[in-house]
Amino acid sequence: MTNHWVDIKNADLVLIMGGNAAEAHPCGFKWVIEAKKDRKAKLVTVDPRFTRSASVSDFYAPIRAGADIAFLGGVINYLLTNDKIHHEYVKNYTNAGFLINPDYKFEDGIFSGYNPEKRNYDKATWGYQMTEADKKTGDSWVKVDPTLQDPNCAFQLLKKHYSRYTPDLVSSVCGTPKDAFLKICEMIADTAAPDKTMTILYALGWTQHSVGSQNIRTMAIIQALLGNMGMAGGGINALRGHANVQGITDMCLFGQNLPGYIASPTEADVDRKTFLEKRTPKPLRPNQMNFPQNFPKWFTSLQKAWYGNAATDKNDFAYDWLPKIDGAYDTLALFEKMHQGKMNGFVCQGFNPLASVSNKKKVGDALAKLKYLVIVDPLVTDTSEFWKNHGEFNEVDASKIATEVFRLPADCFAEDTGSFTNSGRVIQWHWKAADGPGESKGDIEIIATLFQKLKAMYAKDGGKFPDAIMNLTWAHRIPTKPSSAELLMEISGKALADVFDPKDKTKVIAKAGEQLAGFAQLRDDGSTSCGNWIYGGCWSQAGNLTARRDNADPSGLGQTLMWGFAWPANRRIIYNRASCDMAGKPWDPKRTVIRWTGTAWAGNDIPDMRPDAAPEEGVMPFIMTPEGVARLFAPGMAEGPFSEHYEPFETPLDKNPFHPGNPKALNNPAARVYKGDMEVFGKAKDFPYVCTTYRLVEHFHYWTKHARINAVLQPEQFVEISEELGKEKGIANGDRVKVRSNRGFIKAVAVVTKRIPTLMVDGKKVHTVGIPIHWGFKGLTKPGFITNTLTPYVGDANSQTPEFKAFLVNIEKA
Amino acid sequence: MQVSRRQFFKICGAGMSGSSIALMGFSPTSALAEVRSYKLAHATETRNMCPYCSVSCGVLIYTTGDKSKNAKADIIHIEGDPDNPVNRGTLCPKGSGLLDMVKSPNRLKYPEVREPGTNEWKRINWDDALTRIAKHMKADRDANFIEKNAAGVTVNRWNTFGFLASSAANNETGYISHKVLRSLGAVAFDTQARI
Repeated sequence: MTNHWVDIKNADLVLIMGGNAAEAHPCGFKWVIEAKKDRKAKLVTVDPRFTRSASVSDFYAPIRAGADIAFLGGVINYLLTNDKIHHEYVKNYTNAGFLINPDYKFEDGIFSGYNPEKRNYDKATWGYQMTEADKKTGDSWVKVDPTLQDPNCAFQLLKKHYSRYTPDLVSSVCGTPKDAFLKICEMIADTAAPDKTMTILYALGWTQHSVGSQNIRTMAIIQALLGNMGMAGGGINALRGHANVQGITDMCLFGQNLPGYIASPTEADVDRKTFLEKRTPKPLRPNQMNFPQNFPKWFTSLQKAWYGNAATDKNDFAYDWLPKIDGAYDTLALFEKMHQGKMNGFVCQGFNPLASVSNKKKVGDALAKLKYLVIVDPLVTDTSEFWKNHGEFNEVDASKIATEVFRLPADCFAEDTGSFTNSGRVIQWHWKAADGPGESKGDIEIIATLFQKLKAMYAKDGGKFPDAIMNLTWAHRIPTKPSSAELLMEISGKALADVFDPKDKTKVIAKAGEQLAGFAQLRDDGSTSCGNWIYGGCWSQAGNLTARRDNADPSGLGQTLMWGFAWPANRRIIYNRASCDMAGKPWDPKRTVIRWTGTAWAGNDIPDMRPDAAPEEGVMPFIMTPEGVARLFAPGMAEGPFSEHYEPFETPLDKNPFHPGNPKALNNPAARVYKGDMEVFGKAKDFPYVCTTYRLVEHFHYWTKHARINAVLQPEQFVEISEELGKEKGIANGDRVKVRSNRGFIKAVAVVTKRIPTLMVDGKKVHTVGIPIHWGFKGLTKPGFITNTLTPYVGDANSQTPEFKAFLVNIEKA
Repeated sequence: MQVSRRQFFKICGAGMSGSSIALMGFSPTSALAEVRSYKLAHATETRNMCPYCSVSCGVLIYTTGDKSKNAKADIIHIEGDPDNPVNRGTLCPKGSGLLDMVKSPNRLKYPEVREPGTNEWKRINWDDALTRIAKHMKADRDANFIEKNAAGVTVNRWNTFGFLASSAANNETGYISHKVLRSLGAVAFDTQARI
């Protein structure tokens, strides 16, 4: 979330699309009700199902699963055609006036630079027009047309691109009635007023698509056009999965990132110098903060946290000790490699991939090719017994599976001390209440003990490249049991030598050995260490700030700056400089986040701006971009600098209605599809119904099926269909049904309901089958099928999040 | 005022202390005869967080005992933390069942191994389990570690071993897992957050 949970109460309009907060995030959803009650805010829900969020909405519209970009692109077109944008904001705080390379093209659904064999883009033409480099300084700036009239400026290209998203076409592609679509456009457009804000609450309903990232991108364009970023009650708000999904994302347990979103070295980054140069951008406009210019400080401090005295300027701060990646290592890529027999060992730490990854059969077959599998979990997961025959729920022959499986009992949240980071980026410390059952151990102790064993083996017997293992810093009182406190202090950062004020080289701002106050004190000369720069300062000399429990809220905005610690720098609303006009005056003084006092930025949040940057200096609010502004035109995306509607990989349509003549533009042209997976995509003639998967209010993923009360509340697997489809197929409420995709089948009880509407799409009726995901063959619920038996093995082109929300099935009475 | 014993405990649970209610004259006739007192009054209260969705609601965990060395704490009750600015004491149907998750009969209690081709779990001790896993990892790493690629660039990579990280674990677990994995040269890892 750019904003946070309580801030939802400050919105004038709440849009819930690609999520169902009332059921998936009930205690956060309360703030939507608060906004409705106290601010007279309106709630709009757009969803393929009439969810509980929809049931308390002021307005609900149905949409076909997988058609969100068509809908949102239509909103952009509406805002531009009816001139409902926040002009001063768009002109100054976005790249609307930036001139784009004239060779950039978009033709029949494909952007310039496409390579159909590799299914990717050469982005050379997606750049800005730059001025000649200054002979003295070498500076080169993006050319800007402040009138926004140049046909090659981002604003005009945006207008042209989305002009095709007419209300009629949107309605035909989405199945949303045209009047409902226009009504929502009107409500959204009202928030273009400088003192009105809309917040968007989305979740996996947007991310789990082959165009997931572009769903969110399209909404970001809308929020930038309306001037809703940085405002209280505004922003782009991802309501995320687990209690610490944000924190684990920040720690970047990804092959391609080091903690704090530092892009991992690749084979092309042959040395530290090359690595740093590529990741340290030059400013694209004068006077901008270009905050990523500090990259060398973040990276060097991380290497010092990991390798301490062994990382020096003599050995490039141990740069070569980091592995260099040679390609993708996301979950789908991992199981593809495993399926090809290219992996030997695997650890699942609190992760149940047999249930939670696409195409269960492929995942199970892949696990059976491993030599050893290690499960670390508090509970009996389905994955831990992938080798065991559970009848039709898991048809395998254990005697033919040679994987050696270890299952280790881990403590759960109640038995552990440490910090969680919520969706609103607030890091909160929690305390252990009791020991776990039997011989269970904490996750930290398990990984630390394993590491100590490996280290001892390398010390005794030698082996391949032991340097990084032997030199890894490990200053823990009990080496097999590091404490969360020791680790959070390492994450937050400390001075290894005295750190001096850059403006006054005689002034020490942090003495050697002290905890640092924040990432601004990091250095690239080896004098500081920091395990994750964005968490910098969460454990300062003042102590563990994540353990603070003062819920005082003097502003009434719900900022609670003394409760826990929000990254970055305890800032609760990011981009908050954009909540003020160019002169530093809040767009809405009643909801002042920060303002320019005449000498400094101050107010009800930590300013997202250099504190002494006077408004006349023209330092723009989006400090993490080298432009300083928000990007309407975004060259970083895999499938295009603007979004485009592409059909899901399994679609009920035989063509993309936006590009009926171009089969290449049917699905996301840049999505990665593995050999063998393309072949098992189903076709509409065999699998005529759109299927979407989701969660229930009584269950959490594949976890609460082990909790008795939740198992009692929702004991048995079911699927939902419309009354109309029920009638067509002769399926009544309570009948057993079999749902098939081209990858497998599940059986469940049918719930025939008005909650699932039948839609008219591209001139034909489209039915939706809805499947909650929570069952499996282990648990206190009745045994059920793993829903991901059905889902396709393809992900979003940027994030590789699997397409669980839109695929094809058939259904019949079992 | 007629208050049944059950209602009396409800009133006490709503935040006032039982004794002060009794002093104000609201004593339930039958409850006065009760020897058993409100059980949470003698419990230890620990602040924690619900591990389910990313609202990360504050919870209060009540345990028996006073955390002294010889008193084994046992979790007897979990409820929303009224001080938490986000959930303000509320919990949803998922979070309200937390005690049943902590106490689930499906909690793992001992390290186990399933030997290749067999059809059952075998209990083993921690040291054996971790030693066997470490031996597997070292053999795999030493056989498949890539020090330099074809172009002669140092890559120090081990990609025949993979790891999926929990997103319900603490930040500190995530951090130390990442640190250990990179030091081994592992690159084939990902988290639940992707899905």
